[in-house]
Amino acid sequence: MRMKIFQKIYTKLERITKATCVVRAENVGYEELATVDGRAAQVVKILGDEVTLQVFKGTEGIPTNAEVIFTGKPPTLKVGEDLAGRFFNAYGQPIDGGPELEGEEREIGGPSVNPVKRKQPSELIATGIAGIDLNNTLVTGQKIPFFADPDQPYNQVMAMVALSAKADKIILGGMGLLNDDFLFFRNVFENAGAIHRIISFVNTTEDPPVERLLIPDMVLTAAEFFAVDKHEKVLVLLTDMTLYADALSIVSNRMDQIPSKDSMPGSLYSDLARLYEKAVQFEDGGSITIVAVTTLSGGDITHAIPDNTGYITEGQLFLRRNTDIGKVIIDPFRSLSRLKNLVIGKKTRADHPQVMNAAIRLYADSVNARTKQENGFDLTSYDQRTLDFAKDYAEKLLAIDVNISTEKMLDIAWDLFASYFSIEEVAVKKEFSDLYWPSV
Amino acid sequence: MTTTRSITKGKVAGIISNLVIVEADGPFAQNEICFILAGRTKLMAEVIKTERNKAYTQVFENTRGLCIGSEVEFSGHMLEATLGPGLLSGNYDGLMNNLSTMEGIFIRRGDYTPTLDTAGKWDFTPIVSDGDKVIAGDWIGEVTENSISHKIMVPFVLEGDLVVKKIVVSGSYTINDVVAVLTDQSGYEIPVTMTQKWPVKKSLTLYKEKPRPFTMMETGVRTMDILNPMLLGGTGFIPGPFGSGKTVLQQSISRQAEADIVIIAACGERANEVVDLFTEFPELDDPWTGRKLMERTIIIANTSNMPVAAREASMYSAMTLAEYYRSMGLKILLLADSTSRWAQALREMSNRLEELPGPDAFPMDLPSSISNFYSRAGYVYLNNGHTGSITFIGTVSPAGGNLKEPVTESTKKVARCFYALSQQRADSKRYPAIDPIDSYSKYLEYPEFQKTLATLISPDWVEKVDKLKNMLIRGKEAWEQINILGDDGVSVDFHITFWQSEVIDAILLQQDAFDEIDARTPLLRQKYMTDSVMDLLDFPFHFESFDEVQPFFKKIIGKYKQMNYSEFESKAFKDFEDEILSISEGSKMKS
Ligand SMILES: Nc1ncnc2c1ncn2[C@@H]1O[C@H](COP(=O)(O)OP(=O)(O)OP(=O)(O)O)[C@@H](O)[C@H]1O
Ligand SMILES: [Mg+2]
Repeated sequence: MRMKIFQKIYTKLERITKATCVVRAENVGYEELATVDGRAAQVVKILGDEVTLQVFKGTEGIPTNAEVIFTGKPPTLKVGEDLAGRFFNAYGQPIDGGPELEGEEREIGGPSVNPVKRKQPSELIATGIAGIDLNNTLVTGQKIPFFADPDQPYNQVMAMVALSAKADKIILGGMGLLNDDFLFFRNVFENAGAIHRIISFVNTTEDPPVERLLIPDMVLTAAEFFAVDKHEKVLVLLTDMTLYADALSIVSNRMDQIPSKDSMPGSLYSDLARLYEKAVQFEDGGSITIVAVTTLSGGDITHAIPDNTGYITEGQLFLRRNTDIGKVIIDPFRSLSRLKNLVIGKKTRADHPQVMNAAIRLYADSVNARTKQENGFDLTSYDQRTLDFAKDYAEKLLAIDVNISTEKMLDIAWDLFASYFSIEEVAVKKEFSDLYWPSV
Repeated sequence: MTTTRSITKGKVAGIISNLVIVEADGPFAQNEICFILAGRTKLMAEVIKTERNKAYTQVFENTRGLCIGSEVEFSGHMLEATLGPGLLSGNYDGLMNNLSTMEGIFIRRGDYTPTLDTAGKWDFTPIVSDGDKVIAGDWIGEVTENSISHKIMVPFVLEGDLVVKKIVVSGSYTINDVVAVLTDQSGYEIPVTMTQKWPVKKSLTLYKEKPRPFTMMETGVRTMDILNPMLLGGTGFIPGPFGSGKTVLQQSISRQAEADIVIIAACGERANEVVDLFTEFPELDDPWTGRKLMERTIIIANTSNMPVAAREASMYSAMTLAEYYRSMGLKILLLADSTSRWAQALREMSNRLEELPGPDAFPMDLPSSISNFYSRAGYVYLNNGHTGSITFIGTVSPAGGNLKEPVTESTKKVARCFYALSQQRADSKRYPAIDPIDSYSKYLEYPEFQKTLATLISPDWVEKVDKLKNMLIRGKEAWEQINILGDDGVSVDFHITFWQSEVIDAILLQQDAFDEIDARTPLLRQKYMTDSVMDLLDFPFHFESFDEVQPFFKKIIGKYKQMNYSEFESKAFKDFEDEILSISEGSKMKS
């Protein structure tokens, strides 16, 4: 974008709404950044010489003669190795008291990767959590959210995943993050001796919500620098995307756009897809993997935010409290890793797909048995066995505190099969039951 | 639209995201393409609303940095696809830019690459001779494109009777070499090359007749072929909540279906899913010809991160390619994933134009847009007596998985096959999750198709399918009764009825798309398995008590599954079959 030699200052606002103001100005570029009365703002509409600016912090107290200065460029981030280990706000400014960034200035929200230049993801990410590695195996270049109720320990699980993932860089995007959670992340990363691999862009609950809209683009611009320019394996953590979407709806409401479902903007799908699709695997080994959090309200996944997310991401990891064992588990029914088929049985033991499916099928039978039981009916021996199996399965494999190798997970599953069922009831390919069915 | 008009220019007067208002200095047409100059980059845009000298355009690109007063040039034509040999195996974006020839990792704004390679030579063989009378769409010659006979046709835009003044001799030519000269009625000479253009939003109707579809398109997906078959030239749609298996199902169909050419429009979906195709199709074999799948495939990739307006165009581009190849007398399979994303693109623009919204803020004319699109598919008799077909299957991604929404409802009115994916089935990993009871193929009711089935499979096939469906319904009812009244609150027969439907479900309907053998079941094998299962289930089972029922059928299902995983008629296959027979003999003996 062209740079301006003279920065023209305007001092007459035509109109002011809650989030936007209109100024008459010329030679302004679409999506250009400006300041209004010292507050950051961005051009969202131009009609003739009327320029509408969205003021990130809101317009409270802005006078009609406020100074408007256009910067001549869209939001940018200075990218370089010096990003590593640092903490920034939504504008990419340091909040850790460290030095200013010196790298190359890049526009955030850049173009998308040509699909023919992508590589099919094929590198497994082992987390040690069986609910993930066994049933919903993750792969580099994947994008996947945790679906969780607000009271579930999603940030803790995410931090665990991040640390076991063997990424070159971990980039955290915090949107509406509680200060306590922000400190939690910092402590965990520090204690793991990983802080030099971490970059954080944070908007906390104390910051204006609309500023959050910049966070994912900042994070992903940094991620692209390391993945494309430095060929590194980058893991991006975005928490909480529901709060990001809320900010989108605030803006679109204030711009008088026609809302679609759940008062979300009609463009929600495209808005979210634009971000999540930055997840990519390149030929040369560089990759961006996105693990996000989408908080649910009352477990409702038909709400527009989780619904659109599910249509975009490559699966979802559903956190749920299991009352049988009193622990949080990765729900095997609603959770799914779409890319697992690229690795399971290929990068892992050959019986992996069959074992995974058989266990989930038996677990599903236990749900039917439970319904029967709750309705006061007698249980068959099979029903009773599925219930016993389900409890053991949840305890030994689904609980998020399980931390073992995939091979061990498979062995445990076979043990569970053999302790509760006959070979016919488990119905896996004969070649595998011949090999792995524990002899009594 | 005339092409003789002098070039109209304009200036940008307003920018709201990718809606750009242009003040024009001359005439322009609705849906005309124009180019907006953003610095040195030309951004392609389409006029979607006209108000006196103001053109409301949707830009097929990001408009960041664009300024008021930027120059605009109108092109004098609508959005067109370039057609000709060399399309096969190609990867294009929604505007038919060749993705493979773009430079750099990122798609730079305004980076438009030609659809076809102009340097390569093709061995052209004439079909007509000097002096022959022809009309638009007639075949004048052919080249071999990936083993397919690619017909060079009289340009579709020409009108009236034409005469071949001169046709070149067999030889090798580039797509821009003149291969024929035609004269129209007024003696005007028209040079013809191997390439031509067609406006993608207009349907190509150069055929004699479009009868109702009547022949089967085998997909190798059992639950489709057996219960709700798709026909050559048929239409169908696959609605389902996220993760229910729409894409996996479409990919199975794209690999296995009986088609000369498969066009896959990835419309607003994941880039990684397109990469799957790029990676796997050059390796996998077309089960019908043994050649590589990529050879019969064209991929239009306008993934969800690409500009929304181009996403809208991608569906039309794909359909135009299909119509082009259908005119050569070929069987085309067109798959679009997902038509909901296309509808959403329409919605985003309509909202920006501040049009009066219809249900769920979709444009009022959504139903007609959908029905116009589906009606471009079909089986046709060409003017020269040959036949061609476009089979179209689109996925629908209903918000919240709720089928009472505008895209599903409008599509249901026009598509003849309905493959409803059920969340419940997907949750219990009963793939493909097509609900056998809610789904339908209206074609089963067509007498002409029933006749086809009688000769293709067996005279009593339609009855068998009916019987299967009934057994599934009765199984479901029995299951409900068992749940209400308890295992011993119903007679043993209820358990038998339920488990019979479970056998059908597990063996005929469920199919592992990722297992090399199970993924595709040829029709012959489908018939064999159906007969085998039905013969077994026909037996008047007798059990003393309900708790004998489940173990018996589970055993049967277990063995049958192994059969599904074994090579057809292999030793393993036969061994499992024998085991099933002896198990069922055993149960007969008991009674
Ligand atoms: N026939 C099948 N066999 C085995 N697994 C399947 C089958 N169909 C679907 N699956 C599983 O379901 C997952 C999701 O399927 P798919 O990507 O096709 O869903 P979708 O309906 O297209 O979802 P979205 O609307 O989000 O694109 C797959 O990754 C795979 O794990
Ligand atoms: Mg899909």
